[in-house]
Amino acid sequence: MSVRSRADRWWTIAPAVILFVAVALVPIGELIAISVSQIDWVQGKAQWRFVGFDQYARVLGDALFRTGVTNTLVFAVAGVAVQMVLGFALALLTTKVARGRLVYRTVFILPILVPGIVIGAIWKLMYNFDFGVLNQILGLFGVRPIDWLGSTATALAAVIAVDVWHWTPFVFLLMLAGLESLPQDVYEAARVDGATFLQELRYVTLPLMLPTIVVTMLFRILVGVKVFDEIYLLTGGGPGTATEVVSYTIFRRFFTEGQTGYGSAMSVVVLFAIAFVFIAARGLTERRRASA
Amino acid sequence: MKRARLRFVAVHAGLAAAAIIVVFPFVWIALAAFKTQISLMIGEVAFTPTLANFREVLFSGTSDYLANYGNSLVVASASTLIVLVVATLGAYSIERLGWPRLAVHSFLLAAAVFNAIPAITLVGAWYVGFRALGLYNTYAAVILAHATLNLPIGLWLMATFIREVPRELEEAARIDGCGTLQMLWRVVVPVVMPGIAATAILVFIHSWNEFVVALNLTARQTATVPVAIAKYAQENETKYTAMAAGAVLSVLPSLVLLFFAQRAIVRGLTAGAVK
Repeated sequence: MSVRSRADRWWTIAPAVILFVAVALVPIGELIAISVSQIDWVQGKAQWRFVGFDQYARVLGDALFRTGVTNTLVFAVAGVAVQMVLGFALALLTTKVARGRLVYRTVFILPILVPGIVIGAIWKLMYNFDFGVLNQILGLFGVRPIDWLGSTATALAAVIAVDVWHWTPFVFLLMLAGLESLPQDVYEAARVDGATFLQELRYVTLPLMLPTIVVTMLFRILVGVKVFDEIYLLTGGGPGTATEVVSYTIFRRFFTEGQTGYGSAMSVVVLFAIAFVFIAARGLTERRRASA
Repeated sequence: MKRARLRFVAVHAGLAAAAIIVVFPFVWIALAAFKTQISLMIGEVAFTPTLANFREVLFSGTSDYLANYGNSLVVASASTLIVLVVATLGAYSIERLGWPRLAVHSFLLAAAVFNAIPAITLVGAWYVGFRALGLYNTYAAVILAHATLNLPIGLWLMATFIREVPRELEEAARIDGCGTLQMLWRVVVPVVMPGIAATAILVFIHSWNEFVVALNLTARQTATVPVAIAKYAQENETKYTAMAAGAVLSVLPSLVLLFFAQRAIVRGLTAGAVK
């Protein structure tokens, strides 16, 4: 490689680095600074005072925060589990279809493209106690209407259902791509050996698809933990704290309640926790792949 | 023979059921958008359609819907353009310009970690920071934020596509005395154009749909469509049919994209996940 092109590697990576440092790292640094400071506004100018790590202690002792973490984890894990099963099943079914595969795929990926807020708005109307279509359908069967979003027993499940509806298509897409790229000769060999559908699934499809499944699952859990848009519109964290998720708690503390110091501390805690888990998970999967 | 036909029916039944579940909310909201408030609340199935809701959402004094559409367009287009340029340069740098593997790995890992962080954790800092710079409620703030949020995805995707460019092509160009900028413009970009299209569409969609950041960095003048929808839903808690009309209007871009760019979307979403 020429000396000139090697030198070029600096200016080509520079825009990305500059953008990251300026718009990502500096603000994170600011967050940390805000979280350990008291900012007083004197004559329109900000005066900063270091006040120690009290805010962090508050975060860990905040019952709402702990509820948020639990709800978030339940939301992410339960939602993703259902999405993986449904998405995989749908993809499997789709591979058994000769014609019309494209039509199904087109229909299925629609939810992915719609803004989360709009999905929240649509489902909020659908879940409506009085005229929502779900209660209308229940009424057809003589079942009494359910306050889906208003009762603590159903609220979290209802929100998870929306998430499943929203993201199963994404899982479907990835599973379909994975299934379509599997080598066909293994299947032919299995068929020659007289394997049934279930045996084929268990001994051929699943083992071959395992890497794709794991990657998809980790990616979905990662995104699931960040949930905000749907909660904002569907329930606002309610009823009570039934659907309070971490992102919403941060929003509430920082913006709605104006507690910038406390909100920053919470943001920092969540930020580093997720970063830590992410790197750990990455390390584990890399080591697994290396030893495989 | 009968078993094969039974399987055919079962498979299509399952897929059709799923398709109905996917499409149903859209159909229902579309119907609701054309109903009057009363018609919706008493659950009429057969009704006379009305355009009043759309008129209210688009043209009434309290709504800036058309302006919001314009804002979303500006923000999404600008941030997508930034991501495309920065990500293509950056991806080419890390894939083909001789960085040690460790550096590449660390950089991509940092980008991935950044992608994993919930946007809400950064919004607080952005709010304070952009406000201090006097950039609150400006396009610049949201565009920069969106560009940075989507940069990891852009880098990841462009790296995947650039990796597939045949090295012989580049070597031949180098022998002809091609510099890096020329290489990118004349050789790499034309070859990865489908990848660029896929990345562009995905980043555009991400930016268009983005809510948390836009919610807190914009005010009335620069509000994007998702922010407008949320505000509308909150202020007009009981104007259900108007909300339905607003929702229908916001789904339209997605439908258009789906119709024209499905293959690119799929390519973007599945790139890198399937090895």
